[in-house]
Amino acid sequence: MRQDLQKNPLLEIRDLTIHFFTEEGVVRAVENVSFEIYPGEILGLVGESGCGKTVTGLSLLRLIPIPPGRVVNGDILFDGRSLLNLEEKEMEKVRGNDIAMIFQEPMTSLNPVFTIGDQIMEAIILHQRLDKTEAKKKAIEMLHRVKISSPEKRMDSYPHQLSGGMRQRAMIAMALSCQPKLLVADEPTTALDVTIQAQILHLIKEIQGEMGMSVILITHDLGVISEIADRVAVMYAGRIFEYGPIEAIFTRMRNPYTYGLMRSIPQLTETRGRLYAIPGQVPDPMHLPVGCKFHPRCHMMIEDCKKGEPMFQVNGDQFSRCIRWKECC
Amino acid sequence: MSTYIARRLIYMFITLVGISIISWVIITQAPGSPIALTMDPKVSPKIIAQMEKNYDLDKPIYQQYFLWLERLFTGKLYSFKDGRPVMRKIAERIWNTLLLNVVSILIIFSLAIPLGIFSARKRYTFLDHLGTFGAYVGISIPSFWLAYLLILATVKLFGYPVLGMRTFVEEGFTTVDIVMDHLWHLMLPSIILAIGGIAALSRYTRSSMLEVIRQDYIRTAKAKGLPEETVYYKHALRNALLPVITLFGFIVPGLIGGSIIIETVFAWPGIGRLAYQAVLARDYPVVMTVLTISAVLTLIGNFVADVLYGVADPRIRYG
Amino acid sequence: MVKDDCGLRYPQMMESQLKVFWRYFKRNRLAIFGLIVIAVLFLIAGLAAFLAPYDPGQTNVALKLNRPSPHHYLGTDQLGRDVFSRMLYGSRISLSVGFVAVAISIFIGILVGAVAGYYGGWTDNILMRFVDTMLCFPTFFLILTVVALLGPGIFKIMVVIGITSWMGTSRFVRAEFLSLRERDFTQAAKALGVKDLRIIFRHILPNALAPVFVTATLDVATAILVEAGLSFLGFGVQPPAPSWGNILTEGRTYIFDAWWLTVFPGLAILMTVLSFNLLGEGLRDAIDPRLRGRR
Repeated sequence: MRQDLQKNPLLEIRDLTIHFFTEEGVVRAVENVSFEIYPGEILGLVGESGCGKTVTGLSLLRLIPIPPGRVVNGDILFDGRSLLNLEEKEMEKVRGNDIAMIFQEPMTSLNPVFTIGDQIMEAIILHQRLDKTEAKKKAIEMLHRVKISSPEKRMDSYPHQLSGGMRQRAMIAMALSCQPKLLVADEPTTALDVTIQAQILHLIKEIQGEMGMSVILITHDLGVISEIADRVAVMYAGRIFEYGPIEAIFTRMRNPYTYGLMRSIPQLTETRGRLYAIPGQVPDPMHLPVGCKFHPRCHMMIEDCKKGEPMFQVNGDQFSRCIRWKECC
Repeated sequence: MSTYIARRLIYMFITLVGISIISWVIITQAPGSPIALTMDPKVSPKIIAQMEKNYDLDKPIYQQYFLWLERLFTGKLYSFKDGRPVMRKIAERIWNTLLLNVVSILIIFSLAIPLGIFSARKRYTFLDHLGTFGAYVGISIPSFWLAYLLILATVKLFGYPVLGMRTFVEEGFTTVDIVMDHLWHLMLPSIILAIGGIAALSRYTRSSMLEVIRQDYIRTAKAKGLPEETVYYKHALRNALLPVITLFGFIVPGLIGGSIIIETVFAWPGIGRLAYQAVLARDYPVVMTVLTISAVLTLIGNFVADVLYGVADPRIRYG
Repeated sequence: MVKDDCGLRYPQMMESQLKVFWRYFKRNRLAIFGLIVIAVLFLIAGLAAFLAPYDPGQTNVALKLNRPSPHHYLGTDQLGRDVFSRMLYGSRISLSVGFVAVAISIFIGILVGAVAGYYGGWTDNILMRFVDTMLCFPTFFLILTVVALLGPGIFKIMVVIGITSWMGTSRFVRAEFLSLRERDFTQAAKALGVKDLRIIFRHILPNALAPVFVTATLDVATAILVEAGLSFLGFGVQPPAPSWGNILTEGRTYIFDAWWLTVFPGLAILMTVLSFNLLGEGLRDAIDPRLRGRR
């Protein structure tokens, strides 16, 4: 699908390595992560909490708190230019304008003392240099677009007066108000009710189609990914474990971790048996196991797993970080 | 909002009753209180007569309280010392104290908030640590001691008197000279009165800012591409200052308490000094009235702070 | 975890928590500084009799208002008494006023806060209105008035400071109780029919103690300042007993001739109050996990 659109990626992440230097020690949050996003596609970034997916998302906007965080290695290329080397002033022009982000907690992600309208108009006035009346018109249009009823009235509402789903819609309206080329959506539906989750996902998908932007959807929920993503990157312990088109990952996975994640999705068709959970726990990021970071929890573990963690090209566009990928799964 | 204010008013009324009862109990029932003194044969009949007049000692005890309350509010309490109505004595001096306190409050808020923001932005740097240490010194320093050191320093450096509200006007003083002279005399006491408040409020602003900048909505504001200044001074500050408003209510009693020492050191003719002189002269009607009035002023300060908070925080306004 | 006799386990400050506390606390150099100064002060107060080169009450008019010298480290006062010796003894008064007053205030504060927070409802309402009322009075003026009524004396001062400064403690002890009584271990104890007082003392109070300790430390600082202020106004510990406050107050008459009478006691008060404040804030930061790593 994406090959038809364009060959040049919109965003390229190369060997990104981010460490946090804390009192207790170095947290290796992201280690040699590489992937790219093509215009108009949705990439799912999936993994358990603490796998580094949120840090990766925040790093695209350079929102990692520095210190204690630091990009130790790698680069982020957006439209061919390195975001890591931009001056702060230049980066501010990218944020909200070229790359926008929405967050997990719609409850706390909106400023409680400003109205929804103020907060949406702020970005419009900043990036599009519209005056107040035009910005207001635009903001109302955006609220309309995210299907908020009586948007004129909602402009003057404060966040606490809206429901969680409404707030997330307002967040989306705010993020998309400047027609960004890339939207980073960090667990946009996790904090919402199940029925609302589906609505928000479809809204994102719909607007993405209309605007032709790219989306990085960060989630721990493979079910969410399966609904809207074109390609998937599975992360574990700061590394990408498997990476490829959605059909490949869901039907021909080549990594035992992906397999475990997949098995732990509750199936409606499954009437018997307990829900599967990957044994063991996510490793402490300060004391990662040697070799493959997943080997202590892996049912396919062999001695060689402790020796290294190479990435294999399964075929044209599918990659797996597992020495036994051929036997899996 | 109106139910909120109504509820606050009811609480305020209950507190007001509480204040009057406590004041009255201290003056009449505490050991060593003036009323207990009427039993003392050494006290002159004249003073006892004064007390009976002031406190209706011939009436039953619950009536005494209400009569005292009535006297308090209708200005029919009289000073033991010169027999003048207490309210009049206070009215003559309260403006001087209010002037001093208002100037101090202005100094506190206009210095402490920028200092706190500065510290928060430069957190963990040398200047921030210096500010922290300075603030601890500020809340730890005995104000009268600091006052003496500063008086000593200014008198030695400038050779110009600092005590009182003004220098006795000398020949050839122009209006400008008189105003400058007033400001000069106002400067030291109001600064010293403000020091504890500056220290406490700047620390409070700093920690409030640090709390706020960790919030998700600050990340959202940054993600929009807002410049750091806008993030700090618009999105963070408004939220950080909300709790600071409530501190206004706490600063008032501190200032009134501080006024006693500062006005005494600087011979400032306000109610703090009046109260201290009354304590020395055992002029209890004056002491108790000042005490009650300060408590009521504090109550009003708290109320104003609460209403301001309600206005500033939309969650309360509509909640 | 300590096993209770009714078979319930309740959380206590476990060793690992103490370790975590210490790790955060020792990083705070200002608080360590405060702790050291306070420890030295205690030594001085305890050993004043051995350390003092002279009898603090011994007057010698021939030696009056002498500058600091090798004979009199901090000079002499208007009656020729050795200021250094008087300051050493004065530390006893400052520290004891601070500690006794705070002990009283903490006791009342815990009592009121615990009763209000545990029983809630009307009891809570009435007690909290009382706290609000007390908080409206300017504390220093209230203390001055009551001390003036009672007449000065070190024990009266301690008691009066104690009974006028417990409100802050009671407020957060109450808050702590309100939140703790809803927790599982309290509910479980209640369901098992454990008596109220027992629940309060064995289950809730230990959890509320850490913040009480912080306030107590900060309140010692305030109490010492209040005593100094009272001394300055002539209602503190009365001469000839040497307190820092009254050495300073007596010395202010000679401020232009004998600066040492004003400067040294003031510095001693400042250092002591500062140390307690630094220690208290350090304890607070180390105890409150939300504040960790934010200094």
